[in-house]
Amino acid sequence: MSGVRLLVGTRKGLFILTSDGKREDWKVDGPHFAGWEIYHANGSPVDTDRLYVSQSGGWFGQIIQRSDDGGANWETVDNDFTYAGDVGDHLWYDGTPRPWEFKRVWHLEPSRTDPDTVYAGVEDAALYKSTDGGQKWVELTGLRTHPSAPKWQPGAGGMCLHTILLDPVNPDRIYVAISAAGVFRSDDGGETWQPVNRGLQSNMELPDPDAEVGHCVHRLAMHPSRPDTLFMQKHWDVMRSDDAGANWREVSGDLPTDFGFPIAVHAHEPETIYVVPITSDQQHFVMDGRLRVYRSRTGGERWEALTAGLPQENCYVNVLRDAMAVDTLDSCGIYFGTSGGQVYASADSGDTWRAVVRDLPPVLSVEVQVLP
Amino acid sequence: MIRVVLPPHLRNLAHVTGEVRVEVPGEVTQRHVLDAVEERYPMLRGTMRDRATGKRRALVRFFACEEDLSNESPDDPLPDRVVKGEEPFMVVGAMAGG
Repeated sequence: MSGVRLLVGTRKGLFILTSDGKREDWKVDGPHFAGWEIYHANGSPVDTDRLYVSQSGGWFGQIIQRSDDGGANWETVDNDFTYAGDVGDHLWYDGTPRPWEFKRVWHLEPSRTDPDTVYAGVEDAALYKSTDGGQKWVELTGLRTHPSAPKWQPGAGGMCLHTILLDPVNPDRIYVAISAAGVFRSDDGGETWQPVNRGLQSNMELPDPDAEVGHCVHRLAMHPSRPDTLFMQKHWDVMRSDDAGANWREVSGDLPTDFGFPIAVHAHEPETIYVVPITSDQQHFVMDGRLRVYRSRTGGERWEALTAGLPQENCYVNVLRDAMAVDTLDSCGIYFGTSGGQVYASADSGDTWRAVVRDLPPVLSVEVQVLP
Repeated sequence: MIRVVLPPHLRNLAHVTGEVRVEVPGEVTQRHVLDAVEERYPMLRGTMRDRATGKRRALVRFFACEEDLSNESPDDPLPDRVVKGEEPFMVVGAMAGG
């Protein structure tokens, strides 16, 4: 029977949670890299033993770890994310120009076809690529040198490139999302980029609510069978595009609040999507002390609260943008981690939930792998 | 041989326990000692000094002979007792957080 492996990045280390295909009994392994912030850990879709980990901390900076045996052993690989060429300026919080300065790697996205090829999204926002398993990173400079870049500004969490989507049909098409610049698409493998934010409205965050750039996009999701359909959790608003990001429309519909961070698509139902609404931009915790995942089976607009097995009183956690994942087993599994250190799993598309672990450090990211 | 004490996180990264000892060609300065440490333990590149600027990371301190040398020029000679191997050059994670 197939098994699953969860890669859970936390404020104080990486935890690896494994189960068989029933997803009832779990083994918890870790912490790996104890004491370090693990913003993201991700596995290759074509070699489940190949893992990449972003390990960082305020004292000693950025480390990238790689495993070739599913996390039993690790190798430190290249951590040189020096910006290529002219560094240039972006806007600081006070509106003054500020040079790009590398802070950390937020997201690692392995290629869909080659375990040695992996992309890294970093703060301050830039995109890097390695084609040798992380031994050397090369910046795809067309993004950071886009003519709009001097107008990009950090969100509260920093000016981070946090989402990388690789088109499963067109290998030259890549989407990235940056807080707070918005969504950018490349159709030539990352050489050149165009902002694709038409339809986004940021009424309270931007002086020009439908500006070309500047939107605080929190997360993008795509179903591999429909790569031109994208779903977005923006700062406020849940959005969708059916034309590869050229136009967006709001699908928040009857959500109780449309602020949030993660968004995910069911593995087998491309119109079934999941969000975790958060009270507001001023109150980063779930509403009314109740942890509710919201599911739409209509690609947005109409939503249902999923609560079975989730705390429905005195709960004030957040779920961060990279902390939700879906597996591809026949009965689709959904997973998410919280700022309170809980990791919840559903083996039935979100109908029922259980806590796999309850007392980890605050969870920054969750990825899932289906093991052969 | 120059004795160098690394903080626990960096010892773990370098897969060492206790002090490390490095041969430092030329004058024994902060820069040359760190160059030698990074040459021998390349996984430590960027953890003590910024990869882009080469400057000390803000929350890293360098101590020796009960002195804080963090803000001394990286090209100043280190104390004789460090050069003679009588005292270690210490890389320290600064007090931070709460």
